[in-house]
Amino acid sequence: MNATWSRFNVTSIVLGFAFLYLPIVLLIVFSFNESKLVTVWGGFSTKWYVSLFHNQGLMDATWVTARVGVISATVATVLGTLAALTLTRYTRFRGRVLFSGMVFAPLVMPEVITGLSLLLLFVAVGLDRGFLTVTLAHITLTMCFVAVVVQSRLVSFDRSLEEAAMDLGATPVKTFFQITLPVILPAIVSGWMLAFTLSLDDLVIASFTSGPGATTLPMKIYSQVRLGVTPEINAACTILIAVVAVGVIIASIANKRREVQRQLDEQTAQRG
Amino acid sequence: MKSLGSIRRDFAPWNDPNAKPYIQFENVTKKFGDFTAVNNLSLTIFEREFFALLGASGCGKSTLLRMLAGFEEPTAGRILLDGQDLRGIPPYRRPVNMMFQSYALFPHMTVEKNIAFGLKQEGMPGPDIEKRVAEMLKLVKLEQFAKRKPHQLSGGQRQRVALARSVAKRPKVLLLDEPLGALDKKLREETQFELMDLQQNLGLTFVVVTHDQEEAMTMADRIAIIDKGEVMQVATPAEVYEAPASRFVAHFVGNVNMFEGKVAERSANTTRITGPSGAQIVVENGGGAAAANADIVFAIRPEKIKVSSKKPADAVNALEGEVYDVAYLGDMTVYHIRLDDGQIIRASALNAARVTEDPLTWNDRAWVSFRPDAGVVLAR
Repeated sequence: MNATWSRFNVTSIVLGFAFLYLPIVLLIVFSFNESKLVTVWGGFSTKWYVSLFHNQGLMDATWVTARVGVISATVATVLGTLAALTLTRYTRFRGRVLFSGMVFAPLVMPEVITGLSLLLLFVAVGLDRGFLTVTLAHITLTMCFVAVVVQSRLVSFDRSLEEAAMDLGATPVKTFFQITLPVILPAIVSGWMLAFTLSLDDLVIASFTSGPGATTLPMKIYSQVRLGVTPEINAACTILIAVVAVGVIIASIANKRREVQRQLDEQTAQRG
Repeated sequence: MKSLGSIRRDFAPWNDPNAKPYIQFENVTKKFGDFTAVNNLSLTIFEREFFALLGASGCGKSTLLRMLAGFEEPTAGRILLDGQDLRGIPPYRRPVNMMFQSYALFPHMTVEKNIAFGLKQEGMPGPDIEKRVAEMLKLVKLEQFAKRKPHQLSGGQRQRVALARSVAKRPKVLLLDEPLGALDKKLREETQFELMDLQQNLGLTFVVVTHDQEEAMTMADRIAIIDKGEVMQVATPAEVYEAPASRFVAHFVGNVNMFEGKVAERSANTTRITGPSGAQIVVENGGGAAAANADIVFAIRPEKIKVSSKKPADAVNALEGEVYDVAYLGDMTVYHIRLDDGQIIRASALNAARVTEDPLTWNDRAWVSFRPDAGVVLAR
């Protein structure tokens, strides 16, 4: 590795990170602004955070988003895992290629189209738009992401583990719950987290499929911004960023720890 | 009493017409789509036998093992275990256990949990499980590793955990799929003897799949040589080596020299062959079914050929040539002799003493000679 810090390197790093993070930094800084004006600094204050917790509309939207996220991510994880299992395991059924294509198509489908088509469906079957419809829509959106994550783990899964379990007397159901599931669990968990995050920050599909009483946080923020950005929104976004950042940091620390532990283990193993 | 090879085998149920077969493959065929992995194969294995399925990769030997374990069902024919037809019995209800080539240790369980897994499935009470696990750990000398996870073990230790796990349930038959394939050479040799001792002590029937002929020769009571889904020969290691049934088997196991020739004369025990460029070869007790005038192949192993600078006075079979290559390997010396008709013969001599009376070097004139009972006649 080249350890020298040339002027060129420094410049490109500063520019690159500024490009990525300047907007977010601005947002966080102004969330602590005393002034009501979003772009004028009036001194440090946390009053917008206090008022945020008294803003019933935003709090309701947060609660809706959390519930939609947890439910849709959970259902999507179950469905996506099943899809991944089927597509990797039963490779000989007719139309497998078509099926796997169809599972993954929503990955590249413009969200506007997904949202619009779901809206049309809900109207056609006479489903009132609300909490249920936005949850269903998010399941549709995130299931294929879970399927991709879990499938990539299953491809490298050693099938002889399952054969060994059955050979030792475990029925296929027991084998699945005692062997397969624990081994692919990390992939399922990351699939769930991905699904939850996608649901958390989806605006387009939610706008199409949500109804009165089921306004999600991104929808709320977007509608308030149209009336003018308040520092309260900045505070809400800062909290959102903090939640995501903490999640990412915990995940990467856990990952790093596992990696270090694995290396230690391997060294012990080699020493006998 | 004379016998083939150097081991006297007292355990030989296959020679006893009253012995009860334990595992029977009866006209078993297995097809995967258009590919025939096993072709109308019949095989009998006896209780407490250490049986090896030997063949190149893709010959169908692993498929045989997987059919016995229940992971594949035969397309035709049937498999009997202790008189019971195994068709339709799922792997988790078969009284056989398998040790996998990849070991297939459960990565999220400790060594003791891995070993206890099968016992838990059959509903053994907790204290009994603990006792059996401790016993197994002792058997494979891994007592102090009970709490480790598989990735915290070396390759040899993992192999022993896999072994302990597969014998923990005391199966009627233990199936071993390339059990030593992932170990380095030295460890492999040690483990071969450990496996043999284990099989003796537990009194189990072992069926091992291997592509390593030395491994099969060392461990097995009998070897089945498999090629393209068919059995080429089933016999003791000594018979496979000293009395191969076909050209294929002779070539597959060990090194061999082959002479194409014609049977000139045939009597009960003695066969006279017209060998390469008219040389006469006398064969005793190795004539097989060759009739007079038949086109045959004469096969002889390198260590049964003597190389000398002069024609030995008492030699029945002797051919002249010149030293083409020599290699000194320490325990033995390997010669490549080019006979006067151009054929190259491989001969090896055990270095029983530190000094050699009659040393040879490149391009020396040399004689190869062998006893009448040193080789066998095979169909061409």
